[in-house]
Amino acid sequence: MATPVKVYGPPMSTALSRVLACLHEKDVEFQLIPINMSKGDHKKPEFLKIQPFGQVPAFQDESITLFESRSICRYICEKHAEKGNKRLYGTNPLEKASIDQWIEAEGQSFNPPSSTLVFQLAFAPRMKLKQDPKAIKQNEDKLQKVLEVYEKRLGESRFLAGDEFSLADLSHLPNTQYLVTAANRAEIFTSKQNVGRWWDEISSRDSWKKVVEMQKSS
Amino acid sequence: MAAIKVYGAAYSTAAARVLATLHEKGLDYELVHVDMITGEHKKESYISRNPFGQVPAFEDGDLKLFESRAITRYISQQYADKGTSLEFSDPKKQAVANLWIEVEAHHFDPNAQKLNYELTVKPVILGLETDHSVVAEYEPKFEKVLDVYEERLSQSRYLGGDSFTLADLHHLPTIQYLLGSSAKKLFESRPRVNAWVDDITSRPSWTKVVELRNQAFKSSKKE
Repeated sequence: MATPVKVYGPPMSTALSRVLACLHEKDVEFQLIPINMSKGDHKKPEFLKIQPFGQVPAFQDESITLFESRSICRYICEKHAEKGNKRLYGTNPLEKASIDQWIEAEGQSFNPPSSTLVFQLAFAPRMKLKQDPKAIKQNEDKLQKVLEVYEKRLGESRFLAGDEFSLADLSHLPNTQYLVTAANRAEIFTSKQNVGRWWDEISSRDSWKKVVEMQKSS
Repeated sequence: MAAIKVYGAAYSTAAARVLATLHEKGLDYELVHVDMITGEHKKESYISRNPFGQVPAFEDGDLKLFESRAITRYISQQYADKGTSLEFSDPKKQAVANLWIEVEAHHFDPNAQKLNYELTVKPVILGLETDHSVVAEYEPKFEKVLDVYEERLSQSRYLGGDSFTLADLHHLPTIQYLLGSSAKKLFESRPRVNAWVDDITSRPSWTKVVELRNQAFKSSKKE
């Protein structure tokens, strides 16, 4: 029997929850190893050995150690192509190329403004840090522009990369979840017809509901 | 007529990333010039190729793609048997190379581009003054990344593993610009990073792309 993979970090981490969503989609057993970030565990030498940037998540599968959530997701999909959702990373090179394209769009265009907003609106208040209104406004504007592109795309296609839910859509779940719930910015998404429909659909997946449950109970 | 088309300009770091890959693989292609200086990439005629109004866009027969790092992956996989291998066939090795591809995308390039914009784009291309406070903010962040690289390159010949792959290649365009600026010292002060930079920027394929870039600059000045 295969040893469960190890994921290091707290479920509230957006990058970590991206990996958990993928593990659930692929029915891959995992063990969540807590990292107490308020105590600075992620900056200690033992952790820096497996994640030199001192960030979460880190990941271990038998002899291999990885970090960077999007590379962990690709690894899980490629190693377990036949498990769980077999279409998550496409079943042929053309599908895969389209999925890679939208994973990059998420990483390069969606993630920067949405991450900043998640920090400013959801985390900073909890951590009793001062918010930066200028950064909030700038990043809301950037995110709006990105979502205009998504609105058009999702009018042509049910999901970002094509007609099937893929890693590209999954990559968006963590930040959007915080913006829609904790940060009170649902309207940015729901005011756009196609984006709203897409968010409803991807956030209703069992795999994502499980992750949200884990976040709530941690 | 080439089935492969790249829409962009060789002075764009993202377009150069794709051109470098095509040259490493020895593939024929057509570079369709998109005049970024006059904002052609923001116009309706181009947006259908890249909905974010960014360069490059790519075609291979009927396949159309954008995002340079998705395009390079496609080329590397589709033409695995041509030219230089840019991936490992061992999935565990490739998983590690993929990790360093993400590091470039999320740690190296965002900080490097901030420096590139202040140190090269603004003074040399736009005729604007460098904002030294931005440089002061991003240099330490960039140095932290280079420190991680210095450690990594003490354990591994190339960033992604024991041979040159996309994990190294993706860095070339931004590194090339930084080498022409005061940021060069940040590489030079780290021996393994410095050796790696020398190695990858001396590759014949990259030298060809730099020529294309320089030609593109010359042509744009005539306009």
